[in-house]
Amino acid sequence: MKLSKYEPRRPAAPGERKTTSAMIASLAAEGMPTKAAPFGHALVSLAADRPDIVGMTADLAKYTDLHVFAQEYPDRFYQMGMAEQVLMSAAAGMAREGFTPFVTTYAVFASRRAYDFICMAIAEESLNVKIVCALPGLTTGYGPSHQATEDLAIFRGMPNLTVIDPCDATDIEQAVPAIAEHQGPVYMRLLRGKVPNILDQYGYKFELGRAKTVRGGRDVLFVSTGLMTMRVLEAAQELENDSIDCAVLHVPTIKPLDTAAILEEAGKSGRLVVVAENHTVVGGLGEAVARTLMINGITPQFRHIGLPDEFLDAGALPTLHDRYGLSTRAVCQSVRSWLG
Amino acid sequence: MDKTMTTRSASAHIGSNVTLQERAYRIRRYAVRMGKVQGQGYIGQALGIADVLAVSYFHALNYRPDDPEWEDRDRFLLSIGHYAIALYAAMIEAGILPEFELETYGTDDSRLPMSGMAAYTPGMEITGGSLGHGLGIAVGMCLGLKRKASKSFVYNLLSDGELGEGSTWEAAMSAAHHGLDNLIAIVDFNNQQADGPSTKTLSSEPVIDKFEAFGWFVQRVDGNDIDAVREAFDAARSHRGSKPRIVICDTKMCKGVPFLEEREITHFVRVEPEEWTFALKALDEGRVQ
Repeated sequence: MKLSKYEPRRPAAPGERKTTSAMIASLAAEGMPTKAAPFGHALVSLAADRPDIVGMTADLAKYTDLHVFAQEYPDRFYQMGMAEQVLMSAAAGMAREGFTPFVTTYAVFASRRAYDFICMAIAEESLNVKIVCALPGLTTGYGPSHQATEDLAIFRGMPNLTVIDPCDATDIEQAVPAIAEHQGPVYMRLLRGKVPNILDQYGYKFELGRAKTVRGGRDVLFVSTGLMTMRVLEAAQELENDSIDCAVLHVPTIKPLDTAAILEEAGKSGRLVVVAENHTVVGGLGEAVARTLMINGITPQFRHIGLPDEFLDAGALPTLHDRYGLSTRAVCQSVRSWLG
Repeated sequence: MDKTMTTRSASAHIGSNVTLQERAYRIRRYAVRMGKVQGQGYIGQALGIADVLAVSYFHALNYRPDDPEWEDRDRFLLSIGHYAIALYAAMIEAGILPEFELETYGTDDSRLPMSGMAAYTPGMEITGGSLGHGLGIAVGMCLGLKRKASKSFVYNLLSDGELGEGSTWEAAMSAAHHGLDNLIAIVDFNNQQADGPSTKTLSSEPVIDKFEAFGWFVQRVDGNDIDAVREAFDAARSHRGSKPRIVICDTKMCKGVPFLEEREITHFVRVEPEEWTFALKALDEGRVQ
């Protein structure tokens, strides 16, 4: 918040339009294909053959797409109320009794409030709990109370935990059975509601622990995760107009990191490496990739697109994505400036 | 600020002959006008809590509209950040915020963001929105005020859903342990939270017994009955024990706009674009002259 709270703001003049902050906004660009509630539907499909799967939430079934599962399997759904700590402890208890809980809340509440409960009750014993959290990074204009800008950093630090940041509906649908199959705790970021669906156009398949090259290019290598893969794919198309040829390596599994794929792609000489993530520049994919390159002696030109190390503004999401460099337009501007 | 610098009386409303009913009507109206700006907002909660806010800001609280950080003010902590629209409305009526600014509600770089934050808005004491913080902060402020030998009260408006958070009960135990008779918690018991009725999501009932067992002076009133709320606040302030005080207010979502009251009530009440004007009309029709 750079403006003073002691200075009143004037309303819009006649004819002037002030951007308003829609609370419920789709991340999809205009005309982009979407799928509704891919997580909820994927979980319902999977649960038919997996009676061990249960759903648990802290008063956010409707807002994490878990309501789809709750409607289909009401007797396998546990409403724990607005109590994230007992949500995680109870999920640990269910896992101890042989069930596989899919647990949902917002990323801020899991990472900030319930951290100790996830760490000691779930991760320390590598229990089979799948934590799936909406509003990751900057995906709401509601201000710091709801913007989980540091969740990847927090969860990367937790031993035993697998960390996933899916890009779109295809990623989410395919990740759900994969993380259920995986033995051990998982934290997955969730895009909810009408979720963009773009990776299927690239013949992409999600594999746990694997990064995938979804586009080749000679000038720039984007190493991206989460919704930023969608943005850098759009940027890559736009940058063709500037004769800038961009490759995209999508890294949906943040931990364990697919270092082999990163080293192979970044080791191809002559490309600017740009890591792009919907997360603070502290402790996320950017630093993980930088470390991987450094200790392996790979030293390309390296840049990082991520959120600043600060509490972010409230406002309309498109405004904020422009302001903090996550919009397609901002990505293009950054790349152009770096290539001079 | 030097206390001698301001000549306005503490609580500019004292001596006013505007009734609390009229204050509540105006608060509702400001809230609906803000909802109209955005085409959305937590208007159901704002309409429900307007009577409690009218009593808070025009009967109970001691404050200076032109100096929201006046050292001797009573503190009003809004845990429930999504109720900001209601508190902005009350603060406009109180003269803490200018009326014209409601046109900026929720717009980029507004001082009135959709979730209440201390860094954005004068008079917004804390950043709410992550529920379960307010009562703990109130405990610390009450301890601090006692250390300063201050006579100020700390009010904390919570929601019934927020009673699910464990931190609320840590704070409740702490407040009683430390004998915080300068703490007045208010619970908006509208029996509604994100996934459905609070009593079916994670029931806090019997809530009176729980707080009494935790060592609080407890009252439960109809939160849309202004006289009852006023009497409860008076009793909370004048209670002669060393207990923290709590007023549980049963409220009706969308109160004052009959066509919205009758709608299926959810956490986030949807209002169609043309309905904001109807809502203003409905408030005008229900205005007590």
